[in-house]
Amino acid sequence: MQIVEIDRLSYAYSGNLVLDNISFTIEEGDILGIIGPNGAGKTTLFSCMLGLLDDYTGTIKILGENIEKKNNKVFKSIGYIPQKKTIEQNFPATVEEIVSLGVTTTGKTSKEKIALALETAGLFAQKDRRVGELSGGQQQRVLIAKAMVNNPKLLILDEPVTGIDLEMQNKFYSLLQKLNQENNITIIWASHDLDAVNRFATSVACINRSMFFHGKTIEFFENPDLLKAYSESSMQAHMHLHNHTYRG
Amino acid sequence: MILEVLEFGFMQRALIAGVSVAITSSVIGLFLVLRRNSLFGDALSHAAFGGIAVGLATNIYPLWTGLALSILGALGITKLRQYAKIPADATVAILLSSGLALGILLISLSGGFTLDLFSFLFGSIMLVSVEDTLAILAMTGIILSIIILLYRQLMYITFDEEQARVSGLPISKLNYLFIILASVAVIVSMRLVGILLVSSLLVIPNVTALLFNKGFKKTALISVSISIFSVVAGIAISYAANLAPAGTIVLVSTAVFLTVLAARHYSKKKQVVKKLEEARS
Repeated sequence: MQIVEIDRLSYAYSGNLVLDNISFTIEEGDILGIIGPNGAGKTTLFSCMLGLLDDYTGTIKILGENIEKKNNKVFKSIGYIPQKKTIEQNFPATVEEIVSLGVTTTGKTSKEKIALALETAGLFAQKDRRVGELSGGQQQRVLIAKAMVNNPKLLILDEPVTGIDLEMQNKFYSLLQKLNQENNITIIWASHDLDAVNRFATSVACINRSMFFHGKTIEFFENPDLLKAYSESSMQAHMHLHNHTYRG
Repeated sequence: MILEVLEFGFMQRALIAGVSVAITSSVIGLFLVLRRNSLFGDALSHAAFGGIAVGLATNIYPLWTGLALSILGALGITKLRQYAKIPADATVAILLSSGLALGILLISLSGGFTLDLFSFLFGSIMLVSVEDTLAILAMTGIILSIIILLYRQLMYITFDEEQARVSGLPISKLNYLFIILASVAVIVSMRLVGILLVSSLLVIPNVTALLFNKGFKKTALISVSISIFSVVAGIAISYAANLAPAGTIVLVSTAVFLTVLAARHYSKKKQVVKKLEEARS
């Protein structure tokens, strides 16, 4: 079953083409690693998929439903972990309270769901701690637990481990793998870490405004020509970004 | 003596209205403070000042005109923020100064300050009528019921608006509803401490409660307790010492804030010393 179908998606911002004719599909149970240099359009792609941007052309179907219909049922089956940003240290909420934000129902079942999500993310012992006191890696796990509480079918993660130490990164990836294998959750995950994508993703989409490659992980990482072309395009994008920064 | 004072009708009404206002303002204020919108209450009250002046000039019940202008102004600046991308603090300044300017203009046209207007500016808790008390109780009931019903959604928007939007929450509708609730809370609070001091009731108990480093529900409960204590102690002190109730209530809450701040500082220092001693031994 196809969880995501994207057909000829294009998006322009301030006269710049950010996404150009992107098409791909994701099968149920896949872990798709999305790689691409800074400014490649990864976050824009997610914003379109999540309904945060709607002035694009092309179609995006999630769970068979065109997201333009703004069907809340579809959005409720998506868990989203944004690009790592520190949770306000003084925000007065416990881990359990933040996880409970993901619940859309009330009553006993919601309490059980919260407890299960905390357990899955390995946070049950921390449930009464204030979320601002936790490390960056633990905070990301809180957001995962919040996303898990509604039994999502699809998890979208935008560079979730930036700024997190290696040990916590590995724990985080193991958690993702567990969620994928035990709960059959399809995962789309943007990353700069090619090694992690190679280890954990089942397929890879490489974008740099347009689709550069989409296929099985092994096909990408065992093809030196593709890796070389990717490195060169990343370097070019890096230089382009710097030139713009210096001019700006 | 305390029991004798409580037998006075005006004191009973002052305490009932005061406690209601204390609860409402601290609950609404927690969301405002966490959204870094502490001065929004000030802007709402100044817009209400313009509305009250309209009411006094046109012989319409001033609280209704105040409420109407405060809601219209708040919705207007919210739209302005969204469409013209003007920073939040600048829109607050626009609403605050425009409301005040309208009030001043109408007052000057109607021949200066009246006793009524004076009581709206500085509060008149000891003068609340039975009708006022019932209106305050009703508005408090409505505000609290809605907040309890939508508590999780409002907390989600306060925590992270983008994630709340992605999860399918109707962000715009909830934000507009919250603005209306905040306007009603400001109008209710004005009776107690006046236009000029409304934002202190919204902000000080919550900033104090945040110093305790607790979760959301506990912070809200601490804030409500501090607010009730400040109002009741403020009314009692002002009655006993013949002081202005509004100023006394606000200064009591400021004193609580400073006490908690000092206690926190002392306890932190103590912990540092203890840790050092443990490390040395």
